[in-house]
Amino acid sequence: MELSKPIPAKAAPKKRFELFEFFYKYGTILTILVLIGVFTAAHPSFLQGQNLMNILRSISIVTIIAIGITISLSVNGFDLSVGSVASLSNAIVISMFVWFSQNTVVAIFSALAAALIVGIINSVLIVKVKIPDMLLTLATMFIIQGIALTYTKGATISQNMVMPDGRFATGKISEAFQKIGQVPWIILIMALAVVLVHVLLNYTKHGRYMYVIGGNEEAARLSGIPVNKYKVAAYLLSALFASIGGIVLASRVMTAEINAGTPYLMDGVAAAFIGFSVFGAGKPNAFGTLVGAILIGILQNGLVMMSVPYYSMDIVKGAVLAFALALTYYKLKK
Amino acid sequence: MALLKMKNISIEFPGVKALNEVDFTSETGRVHALIGANGAGKSTLMKVLTGAYTHYTGSVQIDGKSVDISSPKDALNEGIQIVHQEVDTVLVPYLTVGENILLHGLVNEMGKKQLVRWKTLHQKASQLLKDMNIQVSSKKLVSELTLAQKQMVLIARAVSAQCRFLILDEPTAPLSHAETRELFRIVRELKAKDVGIIFISHRLPEIFDICDDITVMRNGEKVAEEEIAQSSINRVIEQMLGKALDEQFPAVNGETGETLLEVKGLSDREKIKNLSLTVRAGEIVGIAGLVGAGKTELCKTLFGSTAITAGDVLLKGKKLKLKSPYHAVRQGLALVPEERRKEGILVEETVAANLSAASLAQFTKAFSFLNRRAEKRKSLEIIQTLGINTPSEKSKVQHLSGGNQQKIAIGKWLLADAEVYIFDEPTKGVDVGAKRDIFELISALAKRGKAVLYASSEFPEILGITNRVYVMYDGRTVKELETVKTTEEELLFYSTGGR
Repeated sequence: MELSKPIPAKAAPKKRFELFEFFYKYGTILTILVLIGVFTAAHPSFLQGQNLMNILRSISIVTIIAIGITISLSVNGFDLSVGSVASLSNAIVISMFVWFSQNTVVAIFSALAAALIVGIINSVLIVKVKIPDMLLTLATMFIIQGIALTYTKGATISQNMVMPDGRFATGKISEAFQKIGQVPWIILIMALAVVLVHVLLNYTKHGRYMYVIGGNEEAARLSGIPVNKYKVAAYLLSALFASIGGIVLASRVMTAEINAGTPYLMDGVAAAFIGFSVFGAGKPNAFGTLVGAILIGILQNGLVMMSVPYYSMDIVKGAVLAFALALTYYKLKK
Repeated sequence: MALLKMKNISIEFPGVKALNEVDFTSETGRVHALIGANGAGKSTLMKVLTGAYTHYTGSVQIDGKSVDISSPKDALNEGIQIVHQEVDTVLVPYLTVGENILLHGLVNEMGKKQLVRWKTLHQKASQLLKDMNIQVSSKKLVSELTLAQKQMVLIARAVSAQCRFLILDEPTAPLSHAETRELFRIVRELKAKDVGIIFISHRLPEIFDICDDITVMRNGEKVAEEEIAQSSINRVIEQMLGKALDEQFPAVNGETGETLLEVKGLSDREKIKNLSLTVRAGEIVGIAGLVGAGKTELCKTLFGSTAITAGDVLLKGKKLKLKSPYHAVRQGLALVPEERRKEGILVEETVAANLSAASLAQFTKAFSFLNRRAEKRKSLEIIQTLGINTPSEKSKVQHLSGGNQQKIAIGKWLLADAEVYIFDEPTKGVDVGAKRDIFELISALAKRGKAVLYASSEFPEILGITNRVYVMYDGRTVKELETVKTTEEELLFYSTGGR
């Protein structure tokens, strides 16, 4: 019963609306520019190459994990287990070196394999048993966290650690593996993840299908799209990226602390959601996620420079997320 | 007695003059039909009357006194109520019928009271239901009700408040024959209680059954207002279209080929029982049945959307594996589902993305990369051939009218080029002009040698477009009929369980 000619949503006074549209599309980027301006004014060293590299390095792990979340969001799913998966991968990759003296390839592939098993369990329970994704991945989050803790016996794994039998661990972390967490490799891995997923989601058939499923699952199914296959793929990719995040983390810190990956879940979710509005995409997208992660990274870095105590950092982070969500959802309401 | 008059109502949206100097009247104790093709401005006019828009010009008067309607609350204060077509959007499913009926009071009239008196609430609600002769317990949960019952709950809610004018927006579209009769009984009772009813519908015979006056709109203007006794169905259609409707249905394709689709002893878990049918190439076969006969279930089972528990489906003599719609599409089936917005189209996506959704593999280059240029070219082609009224192939589908959305739901399968096309109530919520386009589309498919299944409870359509008809009753095909040798009465006889 709508009018045959479309009613453009902009029924209100035109000018104000366009201004709002502008802020919706470019608000996140403007915020980043404003923050850079403010921080540079306060601390001229903020804009130095060295510090910019620092920021990029510090956001790379969050971005990689957030890219995985973005994929699960694109099929209108949600994966809460990515933080735990990162922790598990971190523990496995370090233990492979330190406890079992394995080479780099074996270490990395064991970590990825473990993550894929989690991805399979997640997707089967979501797709076949039809447990709501948020609840199921909340459950697996606890399970994986527990498995990682049990595996490390609640201890931090590091080179030359004391083993339960009183001897020292003899395994060494390989030179090649140490490189992963260093500039420029860590930044290149992040960039590669962003570009690959951006291309996947926007330029391939598979990405289009994923967005279609995210938009209207029933219509997608009745269009003959193999919905379940794509959902399984999305959760596998989500776990895979979480695992890569965990491996990069391992290389950076060279240890496996308990629950090391947990904090990345919330930052990753924040980055992905902030990314919704970037350039007016209105849906989860890889490039937006990167912008979201950059925003969080700049905030964190700048606030440290301005000597804001770390314990009040979360207040600012949360406020920025709320602001970004306000932009997205205020728009959606129209 | 009260008389509602809308005078010289105009409203504009950027680029579109939606209403142009429209007059409308409604009198208490009478049923006034408001008719028009999709996009004629009926909904917009009613939105003005219920306070959803504020930037209109013109005036609203009740009994000669000008009233200011600039918010939904103003409309309610004047006793103007509306029952929308989408009943689920305004009901709370996990509250009881009584709570839903008296929701307004529970929300706005509690004042300082903190406790709900359940006994009085249910007494009051039961009384309201009894007054209207509605057989639903006040203590039942709304989630357990049928669609028709939900509608009645909404009417009861409207009447529970002060209600002088009640707008029913396409109330019968989702109802079965029996449910429609029940609704009309209630409408007549309200009429006797001196409520003015504004009745919007696409089903013209109904309007002549229940209404006293009729106003016809076209392109945002009022084209006619008269007593129903002075009008006729053909006259109304002429007024709606602005021209005489010569032939609604295209000629039936006489040349049918070999049997293309064969269904043997099909059953599903719930509804379909031991059902058999055949469709030849170039043939349009109707599935006639009332709401609830199992037509939709049959369509979905054939399309692999619900599991087959027994029986075979053969295409050109070859047995099909119908594990999911994905498999069905790959083997040459296409379904245009009944619930367009929920199942057929992607409202958030562009026209082009919708059209290519079922055949995206055609528009890919190496490594599954999308070929957007080819997608655009094909989309424009389909937009042109189907006459889809859209500003561009990049417009979002949610801004288009029902008829155009349906054309898109069909268009996506034209690109997929299937062998068997299944249509489930394809004209639901579609206006007369677009209906004709859709009939021609379906007929053109048959002429190209496709097999077409046409499931509908609109018997005149079945008679107009099909070669053969199967009548469904309670999950079975009870009768097979040659279309030229049957009548609407006969279809109704078998579909109500007659033997």
